[in-house]
Amino acid sequence: MAVNSELVGREFPPTPPYLVGREKVREFARAVFAEAPQHTDVEAARAAGFADVVAPPTFAMVVQDLTVQQLLNEPDSGIVLSRTIHAEQRFAYTRPIVAGDELTAQLRVTGIRMMAGNALITSEAEITDAAGDHVVTATGVLLVGEGE
Amino acid sequence: MAYSIGDVIAERTVHLTRESLVRYAGASGDFNPIHYRDDIAASVGLPGVLAHGMLTMGVASSVVVAALDPQTRIVDYGVRFTKPVVVDAVDGADVHVLATVGTVDETTARIDLKVTFGDATVLVKAQLRIAL
Repeated sequence: MAVNSELVGREFPPTPPYLVGREKVREFARAVFAEAPQHTDVEAARAAGFADVVAPPTFAMVVQDLTVQQLLNEPDSGIVLSRTIHAEQRFAYTRPIVAGDELTAQLRVTGIRMMAGNALITSEAEITDAAGDHVVTATGVLLVGEGE
Repeated sequence: MAYSIGDVIAERTVHLTRESLVRYAGASGDFNPIHYRDDIAASVGLPGVLAHGMLTMGVASSVVVAALDPQTRIVDYGVRFTKPVVVDAVDGADVHVLATVGTVDETTARIDLKVTFGDATVLVKAQLRIAL
C-alpha cells in the first residue's frame, strides 16, 4: 500500500494533557548533555524569570511524539514504520516549556510530496498549554521508502 | 550581547556511547531498537547501531544554549537529518558541534550549527534563531 495522499489536510484530535514533571526535565536534560543550569536547578531557572526548570528546546519532541503515534496508527495511512525515517524537524517557539506545564498537541498533516518513489510527509503539531495559549509548533518530515 | 556574522558562539565535542543511546531512549520514549540492537540494525541494512537523530539535534542545541544568557528566547530551531551517527559498542562516537552566527537582523540572530561525525556532516541546515 502506498502512502495515502488523502492524509493531507487531515486533523487529528488533541492529545490528552501531558504534565511536564521536574524530574523528567532533568532526565531529558542529562540525556541531551544540556549543561545550562536553568534545565536542572530550580533557583537558577527562577533567577532567569521562569516558574520552574526549563526544558531543553528539543523536549517538545516528547509531546509531538504522541501525535506521531496517532499518525502511524491511522489505519488508512499507508505508512510502514520499518521503511520510515525522520528526515527533518523544526520547532517554532512562543515560549520555552517549563516543569509544571500541562501540554496538549494537535496534529495536522500539511503536505505529502513524492521524491524518487519515496513519500515525504510533513505534519505540524501545535502544542498549547492549559490556558490554551500557544507554546511551540513542532513540524516533522517523515520519509517513507518505496515498498515492493 | 552583540552578535556579528561569523562569531563562534560555542564549540564542543560530545562523546556518545551505547549508554548515551539507552539514556536518550528512556528520556525521550523513543525505543526503536535500531538505536540499541546490533542485530536489528544489521537486519534493516544499517551500518551499525545509530544515534537517534533527535539526540544529535538535542546535543547540538545544548551546546548553544549553554553559551547563551539563560533568559535568551529561542525563536525557532530546525535541522535536516542527512548522515547517520554510528555508535560503536566499544569506541562510541564523537560528535563535533560548531556554532557560529549566520545572520543578524533587527530582532533576531541566526546561529548556524555545523555538526559532524568524523568527516561527515550529519545535520544540514541546522539553524537556531534567537531573539535579540
